[in-house]
Amino acid sequence: MTAFLKARMPVLAVGISILLLWYGGAIWLNAPQAIEGFARAGRAWGAMDLVHQTFAMKRPVLPTPDQVLSDLIDSLFHYPPTSIRNLLYHAGVTAEATLLGFLMGVAFGALLAVGIVHLKTLDSSLMPWVIISQTIPILAIAPMVVVIFGNLGFTGLLPKAVISMYLCFFPITIGLVKGLRSTDPLALDLMRTYSASVSQTFWLLRLPTSLPYLFTSIKVSIAISLIGAIVAELPTGGTAGLGARLLSGSYYGQTVQIWSALVMSALLSLTLVGLAGLAERLIVGRGGRKGA
Amino acid sequence: MGSSSTLPVAEAIATTPAENRPIVDIRTLSLIFKAADKPVTALDGIDLRINSGDFVSLIGPSGCGKTTLLRVIADLEQPTSGDITVNGLTPEAARLKRAYGYVFQAPALYPWRTVERNVTLPLEIIGLDKTERQRRSAQQLALVGLAGFEKKFPWQLSGGMQQRVSIARALAFEPDLLLMDEPFGALDEITRDHLNSQLSRLWRTTGKTCVFVTHSISEAVFLSTRIVVMSPRPGRILDVIDCDLPRERSLEMRESQRFQDIAARVRHGLAEGHSYDE
Repeated sequence: MTAFLKARMPVLAVGISILLLWYGGAIWLNAPQAIEGFARAGRAWGAMDLVHQTFAMKRPVLPTPDQVLSDLIDSLFHYPPTSIRNLLYHAGVTAEATLLGFLMGVAFGALLAVGIVHLKTLDSSLMPWVIISQTIPILAIAPMVVVIFGNLGFTGLLPKAVISMYLCFFPITIGLVKGLRSTDPLALDLMRTYSASVSQTFWLLRLPTSLPYLFTSIKVSIAISLIGAIVAELPTGGTAGLGARLLSGSYYGQTVQIWSALVMSALLSLTLVGLAGLAERLIVGRGGRKGA
Repeated sequence: MGSSSTLPVAEAIATTPAENRPIVDIRTLSLIFKAADKPVTALDGIDLRINSGDFVSLIGPSGCGKTTLLRVIADLEQPTSGDITVNGLTPEAARLKRAYGYVFQAPALYPWRTVERNVTLPLEIIGLDKTERQRRSAQQLALVGLAGFEKKFPWQLSGGMQQRVSIARALAFEPDLLLMDEPFGALDEITRDHLNSQLSRLWRTTGKTCVFVTHSISEAVFLSTRIVVMSPRPGRILDVIDCDLPRERSLEMRESQRFQDIAARVRHGLAEGHSYDE
């Protein structure tokens, strides 16, 4: 137990510091509003009154961690998961777009990578465009994608997934190109002495070699994919999804709601990255590699 | 290493020596690498015939083209001029027919595959079914003294054992020709001696034709029926020495006068071709 504490001490210390700063910040940022409230009510106040008041505002500039937590718990446990007031429902909507976008991104990114590695013309013609595509801010692209897809009759899930895919295919392509090219030249010679076909060399040698690179990319990609889905929910003006929740929170000055949606999306992101890590351990770490 | 395993193959299947059919036939072969500054002549006017059942060692200092010559035979490099046939075919046709097994300097095992699945890799490529693959893998692993290590991963094995797995892998589709590029170069001397006697026995009992690249004189004399001495810049054959020791070799044989005489001749050949002007 003490060893456990010792190992966790630095993390705990940082966590506690953040909490203290957060509460301090809440006092500082909410004080003007609180003082105004006291003045309007015409009652005298002391330092403790001020602290109490800044921690219990209905629409604080900065809500306290416990306000966020109680809002989160209230939303998660006091409404059925299908209710629009339950954050799980919104997380589910966003996760759906995230996963679909991620799968499309992996498929598209992998296709590009395989083409780039095997065809020299694709390497010189596609690679610059792949990089340029990522220099365009997603916030500028997202509304246009939504409008275009809307015109074609697609709303809801698909435009969101496409925006998500646009962001997340990039790490997959870059990682997989690097991975597929990291094959040991000796191992390639070996395949040649067996007169192995291009596809045999790919499935038996190149792909297994690239898996560690691919999974690193996947972990980055799935987190980016979630950002894509959330950004895509802003211009759709939808009523469901973590992005919509963030947007409506900011419309109505519901800061606590914004923060709890934010925490929820962080939790979703952690879960997704965790799942990717688990898949990596199951597929890459099947006893084949020592440590690494 | 640890295991002082002997090969469990019956000595009786020893085949009759050389029927003098050329397996590899090389005539006035040259290879020039186009380097950035100036072309490098890696091989120059090579003439060499390797007969069935021969154990031919290519020996010479670094840069003499011995590995390049082996890679030309394996169709891993293309000659600039001259003729070469392997089993009467072009090297490419021979490679496509899987005429040879190749053992590299490094074991080049796939770390994500078990020992058994490394040995069965070439068999998967040629499309044998699973039972046959496992049967052959067991057979070849026994031949190199690694029965019982099927389920281990390469990193769980010593360097010498890994290299024996790579030999078993090269033998898996039962080629008549075995090309080996300094397979024991990275191993300590004791392990090397041990593997040399195993390899010698393997060659004698299976009757395969072997081409073996090395820069160890005693290894070359111990293993070979013929030793090809090469010199660098440009890569040329200086001398071809018959190594007429009995086919059955023992490590003690290295102390014999005959062995010493052949080794001396190889040494002289190497010294002659070695330029110290750099």
